[in-house]
Amino acid sequence: MDLQYAPEHEEFRESVRAFLKGWPLKGDEAELPKEEQESLFRQRGIDAGYVYRGVPTRYGGSGQPNDAIKDRIIREEFYQAGAPGDLPSQGAGMLVPTLLEFGSEEQKERYVARALTNTESWCQGYSEPGSGSDLASLQCQARLEGDEWVLNGQKIWTSGAQRADMMFGLFRTEPEAKKHAGISYLLVPMDRDGIEVRPLREMSGGFEFNEVFFTDVRIPAENIVGERGQGWAVSRATLIHERNLIGNPFMIREAFDDLVQLARTRIRNGRPAIEDSGVRQRLAEIEGYVRTSETSNLLQFTAAHRGEMLTAMRPMMMNKVCSTDTTQRIMKCAYDLLGSDGLLAPLDEELNTWSRTTTSTGWVLQYMFSMGPAIAGGATNIQLNIIGERGYGLPRDLRKPF
Amino acid sequence: MDFGLSEEQVMLQETIRSFALSECPTTRLRELFDDGSGHDPAHWTALAEMGVTGLVVAEEYGGAGLELLDLALVAEVFGESAMPGPFLGHWLATLGLGLAGTESQRSQILPALAKGEKTACVALQEGVGAWAPKEWTVEVRGNRISGVKNVVTHAAIADGILVGLEAGKLAWVDARAPGIEISNENGIDRTRPFSTITFDDVEAEILEQGDGTAEKLVSAASVLLAADAFGAASKLIDLDVAYAHSREQFGQPIGQFQAVKHAIARLGTEMEPTRALWWHAAYALDHLPEEASRAASMTKAHITDRAMAAARESVELHGGYGFTWECEVQIWFKRIMFDRSFLGNPEQHREQCAALAGW
Repeated sequence: MDLQYAPEHEEFRESVRAFLKGWPLKGDEAELPKEEQESLFRQRGIDAGYVYRGVPTRYGGSGQPNDAIKDRIIREEFYQAGAPGDLPSQGAGMLVPTLLEFGSEEQKERYVARALTNTESWCQGYSEPGSGSDLASLQCQARLEGDEWVLNGQKIWTSGAQRADMMFGLFRTEPEAKKHAGISYLLVPMDRDGIEVRPLREMSGGFEFNEVFFTDVRIPAENIVGERGQGWAVSRATLIHERNLIGNPFMIREAFDDLVQLARTRIRNGRPAIEDSGVRQRLAEIEGYVRTSETSNLLQFTAAHRGEMLTAMRPMMMNKVCSTDTTQRIMKCAYDLLGSDGLLAPLDEELNTWSRTTTSTGWVLQYMFSMGPAIAGGATNIQLNIIGERGYGLPRDLRKPF
Repeated sequence: MDFGLSEEQVMLQETIRSFALSECPTTRLRELFDDGSGHDPAHWTALAEMGVTGLVVAEEYGGAGLELLDLALVAEVFGESAMPGPFLGHWLATLGLGLAGTESQRSQILPALAKGEKTACVALQEGVGAWAPKEWTVEVRGNRISGVKNVVTHAAIADGILVGLEAGKLAWVDARAPGIEISNENGIDRTRPFSTITFDDVEAEILEQGDGTAEKLVSAASVLLAADAFGAASKLIDLDVAYAHSREQFGQPIGQFQAVKHAIARLGTEMEPTRALWWHAAYALDHLPEEASRAASMTKAHITDRAMAAARESVELHGGYGFTWECEVQIWFKRIMFDRSFLGNPEQHREQCAALAGW
């Protein structure tokens, strides 16, 4: 065990820091719209070899040799600087790794670069009204007619569908095959006739997710990733990426630091809340969970780096539950500090953001919003089944045959 | 940048684990638990020969010269096996002597302790949980000490005692020196029986070296207790899993019911990731001095609290059987009770965390 970075990595960190002096942008560039500024800087990050390192240059990445320690340094430094690095979008975060692993050469060339820059934005078509936790029971159908798939059915909880140019999704292509074997992974342009997107309003007030209806939607036959009937295996790879997106210890630490700041500014019994012994106890207890996530992340990082995946198998399975539980503990504590300020609804401009929280209505939003990640990408109850059955070898639930 | 164990550390754990499995199986553990001795001299001798008694004693005094993480890895395995014996106090005494003793004190005292020829204990806590050095009240006059210490583990069989004094000083005392009265208590954790000791004008070797050594000593104790509780909780989860497989109700193993499966998965999710927490706190004591004390307190508070909750849940998962003396769950339940309440409970350590963060 040695938590010191080697001199070459310390040098690398210095070079990353020097690069990050360029953010925020200055002069005329600082006058550009926010999204353009981010795109501009992200492209500089790609050119400098700091962004999308695992994506080959021919697909728009920076194609750097695999170095987990450098990746870690970049993540730490970009996070500290608040600079735009790898996009945490469905396209860059989930579709791209899937295409790199399973996609055809044409698909990689056609889709990867645009997903990385978000010039083509993606949504995920997995859940259906009757298929949530039991995703593999999905019924949305794709029938091959000549050189086209014809899609019929419905998807739900589709975040960002109203803005997306494309959807990657799971469709039942082999109705006669067994449950998992009848599914294919398809890429669907969202501008096709027969697609209808209806917004759903979240309890927090925003309109981020949607229902998507397909009525005789026609897409080219080549828009399949992997073989027919292999969609389940292909999608497992993406779900792992989604769970990793959710289990990010930097974000948990940031939320905790914001909570401490909140406790410093709220008043209890005429003094800052942070001087109240009950509040101190609660903060220190929550920080125990935060530190656990941070150190466990280090342990998993080293295990992955050494190729000792067995060591990290259980904690990796537990990441999603740990991080969503810890985030919820933070939000519950914050909410209690708000007192009756917690009765004010979030402002319209605060909805649909996942940014750092400084206002009391922002905390109210996060208090509600923090329940979302505990459900998305495998609800906590399902995670506990996985941990119990695969992590501890407990007998599997009884399942009715499909 | 590497946050993992070395091959030697993995081997150390495997060696100790296989010793514990073969020499201290549940049947033997049960005998030692029930007879109240909390000590098997044969275990002590064998483990001393394996170097366990001198793990953190410098090589020049006959020890292995290892770090706190190595010690904590052994503590984890001892927690798993609820190993009876005076190891915790002995280790802490050797650490304290190594940190605070002069060259001549160390060379006189440490070699016999390293080889396990002599047994040491530590007298740190006072009152109902005054664990921090700033709270210690044992008076010093010249080289004589007076005061009362409690929860001194295995004091009854110790040859020497490391004592925490007023103003956070430390002293080494012969356990048979005149003026010492050792009163054995009926402790809950029978793998680690303890005593209250009254020192009445007792001759002592005052250990003068180094500021903050007493703080480092109690931080080390916190980490070792956390590692022990982690090991104990891991053992309980193993017992829960085995019972959930073997016990059948309604025509199926109870582990197939989500009420039971999820309860076990929850315990695992609360405990398993904390392995990294105590690894880090142990490493910090030797390598990250500026954050070591807070890390130790946070680790003790978090892990012993989670482990205690796991122990309570484990009793429940075993049903009526879990509530019996016969069921082995109680042994680890009490081991964790000790780890949690000895040298500062979670509430005290969390207050320490808050204070050290400047909250």
